[in-house]
Amino acid sequence: MADAALFEFLHTEMVAELWAQDPDPGPGVSAGPRGEGGRAAGQKMSLSVLEGMGFRVGQALGERLPRETLAFREELDVLKFLCKDVWAAVFQKQMDSLRTNHQGTYVLQDHSFPLLIRMASGLQYLEEVPKFLAFTCGLLRGTLSTLGIKSLVTASVAALPACKFQVVIQRS
Amino acid sequence: MSRQANRGTESKKMSSELFTLTYGALVTQLCRDYENDEDVNKQLDKILFSHFFPRGYNIGVRLIEDFLARSNVGRCHDFRETADVIAKVAFKMYLGITPSITNWSPAGDEFSLILENNPLVDFVELPDNHSSLIYSNLLCGVLRGALEMVQMAVEAKFVQDTLKGDGVTEIRMRFIRRIEDNLPAGEE
Repeated sequence: MADAALFEFLHTEMVAELWAQDPDPGPGVSAGPRGEGGRAAGQKMSLSVLEGMGFRVGQALGERLPRETLAFREELDVLKFLCKDVWAAVFQKQMDSLRTNHQGTYVLQDHSFPLLIRMASGLQYLEEVPKFLAFTCGLLRGTLSTLGIKSLVTASVAALPACKFQVVIQRS
Repeated sequence: MSRQANRGTESKKMSSELFTLTYGALVTQLCRDYENDEDVNKQLDKILFSHFFPRGYNIGVRLIEDFLARSNVGRCHDFRETADVIAKVAFKMYLGITPSITNWSPAGDEFSLILENNPLVDFVELPDNHSSLIYSNLLCGVLRGALEMVQMAVEAKFVQDTLKGDGVTEIRMRFIRRIEDNLPAGEE
């Protein structure tokens, strides 16, 4: 039974590890497995790699829920579950607010997102932020997927450590 | 059981596996990354081995602060006390298990931690051929990094691993020397 702090520390190292593999623009410099393309392309790939890992972990977490949980009455109930139970399980707190346009778009707000707290608050490190959100976006998308909902999840930060996650339901 | 009680159990179960699932995903990802590069593939174990130790080290360096803040343990006077704290307080706090301490060297500078399982690999399927070395090295890094912050240079290594088919998982801890405050670690 692993303590929550371990996940946070691991997450930081994970981001650093995947970022360290980014290609350096420069001839003859081989900087790890994803060696082609420019810096921007490499970073984009790293973000999607992080998101993909979060997705698989989210799926696995979702699969560990007991059967009864999965009988939600409607979509909004699933999102509420995500905001309360899943968020509490992963980050030891509930999401601070949930809003929806009742047409498949949900905005989940965390005023104090634990993975951003160790970074200084305010506007200083905004550029660094996307890589600290990618895994969690994937995690939300993965858990939703296990609960039968296909979605696109993005995140944005106006000022650290407050964070907004946008979930857009994909209807086939 | 009431719905409230059910919810609590679900949350606990989910959070306890988050770390091991995430670690598993990271290892799988790195294996995948490197497997596309033929030259690298041959050295994959060695590369991943070397990657995970410094990552673990970084985690250890931060973890010790969290540990000292939450556990209220005082300064350890000798390596035996350190062993007790590692096994009975730290492992318990972070991984929910208490390894047993055995095989003390006559000089009192080496001991083993015995765990029934490798604590990092519940519910994880290991990628073929790249297994326990990678997993164990993170933990060794954590132990080394954490203890270095409390002025102890130690070596930690897995000498038995249930992942490899051994009966238990055994971590051998060896005290190298005390680190003086004004010397960077590693300098004489």
